[in-house]
Amino acid sequence: MNLFLATLLSPLLGGLLLALINNPRLAARLNVATGISTFIFSVLLALEVLGVKSVDAMDGWFHLDAYNVFLVVLTAFVGMTTTIFSGPYMRHELENGRVNERRLRLYHSMFQLFQFGMLLGFTTNNIGVLWVSLELATLATVLLVSLYRTPASIAAAWKYFILCGMGIALALFGTVLVFFTSSAVLGHGNEALNWTALYAHAAQLDPAVMSIAFCFLMVGYGTKVGLAPMHAWLPDAHGEGPTPVSAVLSGLLLNLALYALVRCKMLVDGSTGTEMAGHIMMGFGLLSLAVSALSLHKQRDIKRMFSFSSIEHMALMTFAFGIGTSLATFAALLHMTVHSLVKSAIFFTVGHAAQAMGTQKMSEIRGLIRHHPGIGWGLLVGVAAIAGFPPFGVFTSEFLIFTAALESYPWTTVPLLLGLLVAMAGLFRFVQPMVYGEAPDYAKHVHVNMTPVYIHLSLALLLGLAIPGFLADWYHQAAALITMVTPSVGGNA
Amino acid sequence: MSATLIQQLVDGFAALMLLTSFALLAQHRMLSVLHWFAGQGLLLAATAAIVAYGTDNEELYISALMALLLKGMLLPWLLRRVIRQLHVHREVEPLMNSSMTMLVALGVTLFSFHIIQPIEKTSLLMTRDSMAIATACVLLGMLMMITRKKAITQVIGFLAVENALFFAAIGATNGMPLVVEIGIAFDVLIAALIFGLFFFQIRTTFDSLEVDTMNAHLIHKDDDE
Repeated sequence: MNLFLATLLSPLLGGLLLALINNPRLAARLNVATGISTFIFSVLLALEVLGVKSVDAMDGWFHLDAYNVFLVVLTAFVGMTTTIFSGPYMRHELENGRVNERRLRLYHSMFQLFQFGMLLGFTTNNIGVLWVSLELATLATVLLVSLYRTPASIAAAWKYFILCGMGIALALFGTVLVFFTSSAVLGHGNEALNWTALYAHAAQLDPAVMSIAFCFLMVGYGTKVGLAPMHAWLPDAHGEGPTPVSAVLSGLLLNLALYALVRCKMLVDGSTGTEMAGHIMMGFGLLSLAVSALSLHKQRDIKRMFSFSSIEHMALMTFAFGIGTSLATFAALLHMTVHSLVKSAIFFTVGHAAQAMGTQKMSEIRGLIRHHPGIGWGLLVGVAAIAGFPPFGVFTSEFLIFTAALESYPWTTVPLLLGLLVAMAGLFRFVQPMVYGEAPDYAKHVHVNMTPVYIHLSLALLLGLAIPGFLADWYHQAAALITMVTPSVGGNA
Repeated sequence: MSATLIQQLVDGFAALMLLTSFALLAQHRMLSVLHWFAGQGLLLAATAAIVAYGTDNEELYISALMALLLKGMLLPWLLRRVIRQLHVHREVEPLMNSSMTMLVALGVTLFSFHIIQPIEKTSLLMTRDSMAIATACVLLGMLMMITRKKAITQVIGFLAVENALFFAAIGATNGMPLVVEIGIAFDVLIAALIFGLFFFQIRTTFDSLEVDTMNAHLIHKDDDE
């Protein structure tokens, strides 16, 4: 499993090395190189894992199956494009004096450490270590959110820290409860926190304890997913941090939290044999959808506005995972992919737009197409994609989520449709005046790198037109893995 | 020592944990809050040591030592330095008055006993009551984070929640596996260091450690635009 080690160590070593490099240009290049190497290793790893379906690495400390290896590739890919984007973006911030060289060093190092935390979380087989790595990724981003050291960014980072700290503490309590019942079955040791072992013996775990544990895990990891009413940290953290950080927060970190939640749901389902966990997730999903769609209309800051759109889409995925049929799970996985691609592309564009106009206030961003067609069209197409317009992948996944909802819980389509419509209206209401019209005098020329945006959007388009066979297989494998309610392996149950 | 004696001891420590949690909520002077917090850390270390002795679990001695050094000594010492340097000995004014807070805390404790009710199988050392108390301490720590305005007391609330989780882990399950335990301790340590950094930044940026002053910046940002 050398490839696996390489995937995991690449961001860690890169991060450590970047902590020593002061020269901004060299650091940016090394950052990109680390991103690319992580991505290549992850793709090779995925090819290897897909051939054999599931692999245990390092004496069962790590477990790779269709579900997480797909997320590993997604994480490495978005991480790579973000490093490419952040080169010119952070140089601009450096020239404008928003960061100094020391802070830039912190930024590069923490970014790779964050990637390491993400990859560790996805691949580990131990739900305790999963918690630790989610916390590690959170701590790294707290430092990134406060990078500009403005009053608002420090306040945002503090809020992020405290709220997520509280949330994650609840998730730890849930994990302790799981260990409480599993140690009676699997013995007192690492085995009792091993996800594969837990999954195989899920039917023997005490349903009462697992139900209580799930409530804590739901609220805990739900805070990190950004579900209402625990979402208050998310818009501030997205709005005040540097744009590459907003892109990976939305596109990646929220996924890890949802991944953890789904893994826990699989255990709880296996233990209780009811749909209690799924129903709770659906409830949170619908509530968050409604809250985010309405809050989106009240925003004035462009990054905060798009962060509410992230809450909306995470809510949709939580809802779909909650339905739990294989169609819904397939749709949720597809939605996770396209949302990560499109939302990070939007944040890249928004970052450049904000630099060009010198502000994040939507009322002062005007005439983007005239000023810089790349940014303007990028934003417009990105928003069309995220709003669920037909040729893009978001349309496909939302359509599938609808179909799944119609099959299992027909009444939920009404709030779903309403939520999506209100959110779409909000997006276009704000984006139309920003992209069309005359460019204002204060618009500055900025050096932009739109390649990552184009790559992300074309991938989203490709996923909407035709999902490549190998990818569809992959989703099917993962969906089958997640929806298999009571594992048949629990032999001595 | 017999198993019953150890169980009684753990029960006793659980009661003391609940006492310290209430004391943390009731205290108004910054340094007294800190003393109670340090006391809680020592209590944790003692509980871990007792359980380690009772179950012959050597890993748990390491946990006990980590609790003693980290939660009983290092963190209180760091926080004390911060309080000294930033001169925040003043009274902390809670959002709710004390009697109200105590009533809510009482409700929270009763609620914890209620939610733990369905658990039937308990471990050898932990009665259902001490499990309920551990839950109550988690929630009381959160109550402290909600009702206090100062950044430092919020952090102590956060660390008190961590303490309660640690207590639940050693009491209910004789401690989490060592890898996880070390990971958690490491995270808490980093978190505390970041907190420390933040205190000074918050102080220089806002000239105050009141969370309201900080949030005002976020709210104003919305209003201006």
